[in-house]
Amino acid sequence: MSKILVFAEQRGGELKKIALENLTLARELAANIKCELVTVLIGHNVTPITDKLALYGAQQISVYQNENLTLYNSQGYATVLAQAIKDHMANIVLLGATAMGKDLAPRIAAKLNASLATDSTSIAWQDGELKIIRPMYAGKVRTTIHLKSDIKIITVRPNVYLAQENPVTAQISETTAKPTDFNAVVSEIITGAKDKLDVTEADIIVSGGRGLKGPENFHLIEKLAKKMGAAQGASRAVVDAGWRPYEEQVGQTGKTVSPSLYIAVGISGAIQHLAGMSSSKYIVAINKDPEAPIFKIADYGIVGDAFEVVPKMIESL
Amino acid sequence: MNIAVCVKQVPDTETKIKITDDKKWIKEDEINFILNPYDELGVEEGLKLKETNGAEVTIISLGPERISSTIRSALAMGADKAIMIKTDKNPLDPAVTAAALAEVLKDGNYDIIFTGKQAIDDDHAQIAALLSEILNIPAITVITKLEINGTKVTAHRQIEGGFEKIECELPLIISAQKGLNEPRYASLKGIMTAKRIPIDEKKLNLLQDRIDILEISYPPQKPPGRIIGQGPEAVPELIRLLREEAKIIS
Repeated sequence: MSKILVFAEQRGGELKKIALENLTLARELAANIKCELVTVLIGHNVTPITDKLALYGAQQISVYQNENLTLYNSQGYATVLAQAIKDHMANIVLLGATAMGKDLAPRIAAKLNASLATDSTSIAWQDGELKIIRPMYAGKVRTTIHLKSDIKIITVRPNVYLAQENPVTAQISETTAKPTDFNAVVSEIITGAKDKLDVTEADIIVSGGRGLKGPENFHLIEKLAKKMGAAQGASRAVVDAGWRPYEEQVGQTGKTVSPSLYIAVGISGAIQHLAGMSSSKYIVAINKDPEAPIFKIADYGIVGDAFEVVPKMIESL
Repeated sequence: MNIAVCVKQVPDTETKIKITDDKKWIKEDEINFILNPYDELGVEEGLKLKETNGAEVTIISLGPERISSTIRSALAMGADKAIMIKTDKNPLDPAVTAAALAEVLKDGNYDIIFTGKQAIDDDHAQIAALLSEILNIPAITVITKLEINGTKVTAHRQIEGGFEKIECELPLIISAQKGLNEPRYASLKGIMTAKRIPIDEKKLNLLQDRIDILEISYPPQKPPGRIIGQGPEAVPELIRLLREEAKIIS
């Protein structure tokens, strides 16, 4: 009998959206083969967020707390999560393909001698086996794989599965995690502007490229992004030129994203950029050059000058 | 200091990936292979430490014969030694790669081991964290800033919307992210020197892959692009479509 464990990622007592997306996915997987499902929360003083998990269908929640786990710590969280998997005898473990999940998953895989599929975009049963799809080459191709170990660990890309409410009364068990000595500690979290969304977590992304002609013109991208509640992205060309910070870069040597809407402004669409964003649900392209490759994949293309089109968009929205 | 940098040979970012007829792998014949860009950041960081603190930098790579050219490029940047774990092909399972790398790394007495945050071919992003568990050395992943003072290390790890500042002692594994540094170009002298450095070839028994590739496919074709208009006059139509057709904005 299978048992699915969802690692409910939180930072600073706030649940990440991916936790709810994975919970929705896990409910679906569990229903299909009638297996058990447990949601695991790790941190300190995190019990209040079990309400939200219950709202999204977490019937069994297991909370592991310790003051040492207030901030994310690779070693601490990996030890506790590996223990939780053993405690619950889970054989399928879902995490988010986030900074935390990507760091954590290989560590627990090694601890439990499990195999791991990272950044997966589809997980489904097929003939009693989990069929997992994960992109490679930043999305230029995708692989359909099986994991062959007893315990299977999967990180799921954010924004691929839609979180769906399903209110239940949760059974909550609380465990005091054993304090451990950590050999690497997070001493501080340095955040950028509070209202700045990360491209990997955003539902809408507005990206700018060389067509904006210079770093001084990116206020247009910023304004449009703000107006739409979007994250700001950039092409490799403008990051390499030092116009924009590398954390905004979308593409093969930047971030791979799947938002609902991707607006590419003044981006021609080099193959490595297209690989990183072509799985967006809708793509808008604004470019002066009607031959730009980005138009081949744009749902809505406007041939025109970014300096005329973008202000008009800001004004009209 | 004794520094190791684990590097991988990957197709360059401009490569149009083609799938083999059996749909189990990609066609490798027309590919221009390069040093994985994130690993290049690791090499650069190792070389910077060599310049400031004095260090020996060893390049370690696993893969088929063709990877020797990539090892040479890393040596040409200024690394001192190279170890090649020669295999028939690249393992499908990063756990297999990590176990083999660990086999070589464990006897090397390294103060710092660098990897890239991920290889841009299979995008697994697992090696640094796996090595940490196998070798029992802390790993800090996705690093954009590294400061070393004696045996004390401060690093910035990129997370969503910010950074974690992490403190740690050597020895340590670091996975490098863009922003850490600007990799240098190999000088002509470097290229010439690199040619004379012997590559220490090793053959190891690899573990079994525990990942099975059933099929490799191209992403679903998007419908052909559609141009809805020219210039700012097309904006009202765009907004109407986003509202009514895509239903993304309200």
